[in-house]
Amino acid sequence: MEKLALAAGTALCLAITGVVIVTASADPVDDTLEIDGAEMITRAPAPEGHPFDEVMSGWLFREAETRATQEDSFENPGMLAVERGAELWETVEGTAGQSCASCHQDASVTMANVGATFPRWDADSGKPINVEGQINKCRVENMGAEPYAFDAEPQVSLTAFLKHQSLGKPVAIDLSEGEMQEWWEKGKDLYYTRTGQLDFSCSSCHEASMGKYIRADHLSQGQVNGFPTYRFNTGGMVSLHNRFRGCIRDTRAEMPAAFSDELMALETYVTWRGTGLSVETPAVRQ
Amino acid sequence: MASAPKPRVKVPKTASAGEVIAIKTLISHEMESGQRKDKDGNVIPRKIINKFSCTFNDQEVFSCDLDPAISANPYFEFNAKVPESGTFKFTWVDDDGSVYEDEQKIEVS
Repeated sequence: MEKLALAAGTALCLAITGVVIVTASADPVDDTLEIDGAEMITRAPAPEGHPFDEVMSGWLFREAETRATQEDSFENPGMLAVERGAELWETVEGTAGQSCASCHQDASVTMANVGATFPRWDADSGKPINVEGQINKCRVENMGAEPYAFDAEPQVSLTAFLKHQSLGKPVAIDLSEGEMQEWWEKGKDLYYTRTGQLDFSCSSCHEASMGKYIRADHLSQGQVNGFPTYRFNTGGMVSLHNRFRGCIRDTRAEMPAAFSDELMALETYVTWRGTGLSVETPAVRQ
Repeated sequence: MASAPKPRVKVPKTASAGEVIAIKTLISHEMESGQRKDKDGNVIPRKIINKFSCTFNDQEVFSCDLDPAISANPYFEFNAKVPESGTFKFTWVDDDGSVYEDEQKIEVS
């Protein structure tokens, strides 16, 4: 009955004002995420200057079935992408006749911190670089291979594989490198800037309305510690920039291109907002 | 998933006689329903896993037919009683006639 009333309320609000955030609230669950028995940090004290006291994983905002799927790596369909990424790691491509493994050997050792420390400062381009960007840089400069196109299946799978090597490690990006702090500021501006016909900023949903429902969706803090994630609504992997663009599209705004300066700044800032949370890649979401 | 369907199976390595064990299976598969159209408006042909079965020492334990509404990467979990040591065999049948197989041995003490 409660759900019905909520739905009716939403319909009424929609009719009157277009789209509004329904004020029904539900707390994130008090539960512990254990992936194959290893405990993840889903709540952490917020870093200095953060609007919240506590940062919380999106896992705490999902339904019991969704949460359970992530707790067993066998059941987690995102692990199919990780396995595929492991194959790509060993695949020789490009004119140099090299695979990722030719130089970097065992990813579980050499890539152990990647998922928790990217984006990082890239002095060559004078910009922050994320895992997808680093993969492409390596492919072009060291392998003599074509860079992956945005959201090409191998890009998502290899990124998932790399970030998965940091499973459980707390997110900690280094803002003292290069001009990371400036990009963080730029990302913060974007985070709080209202855009689109709906006039929403990131913070409208993920800060001011965190914990409330927008239609049937329980709004989380919008943390990015589980990307690329497996989503049930598409039955596939969703990369971070795909998710950023989807969110921006939903506010009916112009979408910045993937890996553009805007979205790299946003990635830098939003990643920092999840400081202390375990890397959950591949997380499972609705 | 762009790569070929890949079955995955989780069966305990050992059990005591008569114990009921949990078996988990998952296969990567797009489960294209045949109801969707591509950008040019042409129907994307149906391609799903249409049958799954599990046998223990050649005796059927579990089987089912799958229909187009089942989501990608179908996952099955079921229980079986193991009276003796033996081999579980798993079979997935694809619309295109391909058969994907896996097997797992279990020691019963």
